[in-house]
Amino acid sequence: MSGSGAESINRSRGVDWALKGYILLAYLFVFAPIAASFVFSFNSDRFPSIPLGSFSLEWYEAVAADPLVWQGLRNTLVVGVVVGVISTLLGFGAAYTDYRYKFAGKQVYLALALLPPTIPVIILGLAMLAYLSRINLSGNALSVIIAHVVVCAPFAMAIIRLRLSQMDPALEPAAWNLGASEWKTMRHVIVPFTKPAILGALFITMAVSFDEFAVAWFVSGLNETLPVKVLGFLQGQVSPRINAIGTFVFVLSMTLVILAQLLLSGKGANDRAPADDKE
Amino acid sequence: MQRDTLVSFEGVVKRFGSFVAVQKMDFEIRKGEFLAIMGSSGCGKTTTLRMLAGLEAPSEGVIRLSGKPINDLPTWSRDTPMVWQSLALFPFLNVRENVEFALKMRGIGKVERRRRAEQWLDRMQITEFADRNIAQLSGGQRQRVALARSLVVEPEILLLDEPLSALDAALKVRMQSVLKTLQRETGITFVYVTHSQSEAFSMADRVVIMSRGVIEQIGTPQEIYRAPRTRFVADFLGSSNLFSGRVRPGAAGGVELETPAGALKLGGDGVMPADGTTATVTVLDTKTHLSVTPPARSVNVVPVRVVGEEFVGATATVYLETPQGQEIRVQKGHDELADLPLGIGQDLFAWWEPKDGHLVAEA
Ligand SMILES: Nc1ncnc2c1ncn2[C@@H]1O[C@H](COP(=O)(O)OP(=O)(O)OP(=O)(O)O)[C@@H](O)[C@H]1O
Ligand SMILES: [Mg+2]
Repeated sequence: MSGSGAESINRSRGVDWALKGYILLAYLFVFAPIAASFVFSFNSDRFPSIPLGSFSLEWYEAVAADPLVWQGLRNTLVVGVVVGVISTLLGFGAAYTDYRYKFAGKQVYLALALLPPTIPVIILGLAMLAYLSRINLSGNALSVIIAHVVVCAPFAMAIIRLRLSQMDPALEPAAWNLGASEWKTMRHVIVPFTKPAILGALFITMAVSFDEFAVAWFVSGLNETLPVKVLGFLQGQVSPRINAIGTFVFVLSMTLVILAQLLLSGKGANDRAPADDKE
Repeated sequence: MQRDTLVSFEGVVKRFGSFVAVQKMDFEIRKGEFLAIMGSSGCGKTTTLRMLAGLEAPSEGVIRLSGKPINDLPTWSRDTPMVWQSLALFPFLNVRENVEFALKMRGIGKVERRRRAEQWLDRMQITEFADRNIAQLSGGQRQRVALARSLVVEPEILLLDEPLSALDAALKVRMQSVLKTLQRETGITFVYVTHSQSEAFSMADRVVIMSRGVIEQIGTPQEIYRAPRTRFVADFLGSSNLFSGRVRPGAAGGVELETPAGALKLGGDGVMPADGTTATVTVLDTKTHLSVTPPARSVNVVPVRVVGEEFVGATATVYLETPQGQEIRVQKGHDELADLPLGIGQDLFAWWEPKDGHLVAEA
């Protein structure tokens, strides 16, 4: 991609094209498997092979007819929504604490708050299983929710923290100074200002929860989420139904991520755009 | 305490850790005055203002508003709105909603809110932008929104922290007159923090000059300009020549200052310092005169040599040096300088009337 800025630099056309080609290849590499899965999900043949058979929705029909898939989907959605809301609330609290207060050990607090996504999921999943079963919470939807909140809240915090860092530090004291108590300021200033990031965090954490497999596999027990179910299918038989489910989950997640992206870049940038006309 | 006192600082100190930002501050703000607080960067101007607004708690001392101590009153319960250097307008609200904000927070109903906001939008001439976003306004328009937003609650006092610093020179002058007119018409007490001598001196009824957390002088612009109280103030204003030396009885009566540039006669106002002490006298550069031959009455004459000249509008500043290397400046209208040879290296005599010399406190 050569932005308008790059064009003003005297760079040879050859390099420009090479760079564009490079980006194309990189995207191809990343998205080829997903694209293949997408294509084969509409293919009538039982096994993925070229040339393709005819266009068919039979795998979608098969998936739709399977009550286990519906149950998995319902689990995934319920867990995703609850996890999104809880993670965003926790993330907001943590980010605001970081923004507002100075205290001893703040670096440690931040490091710990952002740590969970860096722990290998196998270890996190095992630890969660051991811990949740100790307190008799393993093997149900609640356990998946708890485990996913641990994984997702740091993402929410990071997103909201970024937005708060763009806020004029005088904004909050200005509201107090105009007669708003701390709670009113939270409601009428902090939340409206961070709203794009809050919604963005909500969608991203939902998407992360939808896709998360390893931790859910350890703790979900009989209440499997869709990704766990997919693995179940795989272990039984290789079926293009997996492609159908995969395509569906991919589209859902991408929708959430794109929504978040729109909120975070578009609206946020608008607020700060300088007016260059003189009075 | 006088009857017309609105705010008083009584022994107010502010520390940040071990750093003292404001040292034992005692002063009063009068009802309805335009007070400017001026000083170099980091001298504690903003800190002083924030303590008055309730955004910073004094480490010691009492601040009173209308006689009542307000140390423990949170900022949202005080009526001390502030105009911020960054303006701090709410970017997610439009102009009208920004102006209504303080009324909404006070629980005033929608209709009344709308009516009062309308008045201030009109007064600040921003009615036509009422439904715009903040990002769509120019610097001067934003300034007006910030003023309307603070004044809509019709407070007794308005605090302003370098509100004009982001504007270009022409707009700055326009907004200065807007502010001054507003203050005169509403009778609201303005406390105005600034770096700029011209802003402070052109708008304020009284000026506070601060240095390193200490008040150096409070007075009307004329008082401060004519007679800086301390060496710091004289240096800060940069409009006076300073001479330091030992005090001794004068040859022809009175008191003289024995300086490297010669014996200088003291006159004018104030108590004369005791013999044998050191003292510093300031003379305005506009009250310092130049001539080719020594003037007839030969007191306070210093031989000087021209080192440069600078034109500023209708006046010119001549830079000179004594044989001892001390810089002396003389500021005059062009016609007053027309008859003097001012080539670099030219020898001249600088002199002034004893009554134009002012003693400053030795710090
Ligand atoms: N929250 C704080 N913590 C520690 N030191 C502070 C704090 N606020 C201000 N200071 C220090 O106190 C001193 C006075 O600061 P203040 O902001 O009042 O200066 P100022 O006169 O407004 O300067 P400027 O003209 O640059 O705005 C400065 O040295 C500053 O570093
Ligand atoms: Mg300041």
